Amino acid sequence: MITTTGLTKVYRSRGREVTALDGVDLHVREGEVYGVIGQSGAGKSSLIRCVNLLERPTSGTVTVAGQDLTALVGRGSRAGRELRRARTRIGMVFQHFNLLSSRTVQENVELPLDILGLTRRERGRKALQLLDLVGLSDKAGSYPAQLSGGQKQRVGIARALAGDPKVLLSDEATSALDPETTRSILQLLRDLNRQLGLTVLLITHEMDVVKTVCDSAALMDKGRIVESGTVSELLATPGSELASALFPVSGTASGDDRTVIDVTFHGESATQPVISQLSRTYNIDISILGAAMDTVGGRQVGRMRIELPGRYEENVVPIGFLREQGLQIEIQGQQPELVEEGAAK
Amino acid sequence: MQPLLSEECWNTLYMVGWSTLIAIVGGLPLGLLLVLTDRGGLLQNVVANKVVGQVVNIARSMPFIILMVALMTFTRWVTGTTIGREAAIVPLAIGAIPFFARLVETAVREVDGGLVEAVQAMGGNTWTVVRKVLVPEALPSLISSATTTVVALIGYSAMAGTVGAGGLGDLAIRYGYQRFETELMWIIVAILAVVISAIQFAGDHAARTLDRRGGHSGPAPRLRLLKSRRPAAADVGEAA
Repeated sequence: MITTTGLTKVYRSRGREVTALDGVDLHVREGEVYGVIGQSGAGKSSLIRCVNLLERPTSGTVTVAGQDLTALVGRGSRAGRELRRARTRIGMVFQHFNLLSSRTVQENVELPLDILGLTRRERGRKALQLLDLVGLSDKAGSYPAQLSGGQKQRVGIARALAGDPKVLLSDEATSALDPETTRSILQLLRDLNRQLGLTVLLITHEMDVVKTVCDSAALMDKGRIVESGTVSELLATPGSELASALFPVSGTASGDDRTVIDVTFHGESATQPVISQLSRTYNIDISILGAAMDTVGGRQVGRMRIELPGRYEENVVPIGFLREQGLQIEIQGQQPELVEEGAAK
Repeated sequence: MQPLLSEECWNTLYMVGWSTLIAIVGGLPLGLLLVLTDRGGLLQNVVANKVVGQVVNIARSMPFIILMVALMTFTRWVTGTTIGREAAIVPLAIGAIPFFARLVETAVREVDGGLVEAVQAMGGNTWTVVRKVLVPEALPSLISSATTTVVALIGYSAMAGTVGAGGLGDLAIRYGYQRFETELMWIIVAILAVVISAIQFAGDHAARTLDRRGGHSGPAPRLRLLKSRRPAAADVGEAA
């Protein structure tokens, strides 16, 4: 749905050059919620602004819904008619909402409809429908200054949906909100994604956001995408920074003669209660030191750190059993072996 | 004296009213142009910006009385005469256009660049941005600017007496100062004070009524220029 290839953005000012994007290849599938996470200055904001060409990429292409937007860029800095038409089909929500203070809630939602050339009557009807969709039909006549942050963002979302977009870009939409409001806004985005088949590309610096709503995620650092994939793909990648940040586990061995292993469940295998099977089959006591599990689409996804009695040599068979179940196992305190394994691949 | 006062009062309002109207019609687009053509603006054109900026500066640096003399040929061409109320309106308006344009520029720059970005993201063109964002969002400040312009014009209009345009200021100079009718002079000053207070009050009231920003809600307004201008490294960090 959204594809960028070799996207590069270099800012020049007073002879200095800053590379905000350095050859970004992003692929967002239709109907998914895709999160790009990274620290401030990683280039997330530049990336999302390049997707609807609010920023001109220095090089590379952006394709949204099969249309090469970079080809629509004319000469000069102004957006041509074609590009503006394409933008009406891409919704965008912002961190600071960017609602016009001089217009009521309904008039704010009507603005993109006005740009699309709808009549006053049609605009009014559509705006009220959209406000209903985001649960704010009673606030149509209020001014943005009279709303709470969460309500403002709901207006922002209603406005972004006015052009019946297939794609919604979310630029830190929840970063200015408190945790509770963040959850409700994310839930709304999730619902819209399901109900309308909306593809959502969101950027955030909060891992919780990715964890709550994203099907896929990418980690950005210094203008590059370091890791990307669906949540279960990321979990299946040994040493994935995103996976360990999404599903953090901690805990250390309670004694010397213990084996601590990290078990990663990444969807396919985790339908059976493997831990209790392991315990019964080999008649061993297992302690769970830490776990970060989530149920995604009826499947358990996440990581668990467990402790088995005895040293590693004594636990080769139970560990083999877990591997047979299709689980990914990392043995803690066995780093040299892991490195060798990684190198062998 | 009474009829003279009311006649000159009317003269002042006539001159100031028309010149304000012309100043707004001319100064608003000029001020918008100053913002839009600036570096990072929607119609970025550094050369045009410099030229317009310089013209505005030169026009503003002219003492009004000199401007009035300098414009005489133009005034005659426009109104057919160089004396009287109509003739005074021309230099008053032309002097006020760059003044108001600078105030418009300041007011429009205060509009959050994020709003411009939002309208661009929904497919709006530059004209949409001007009509739906810049002017309506800056309206309270624009009204304050217009008020300031009216008050300045009332001051300038005192000098319009030199071309026989009359007006309260002229009356104060001729009768009050030159004929030593100190009492009359003070009466006129008092009238002017009342008129200016009334205009200022009305302007402030209108600006406040139209201001829906609500002061305490939402994030502090970011003083960014039109299109996000952020090539500097520190800025990129802040924005990402």
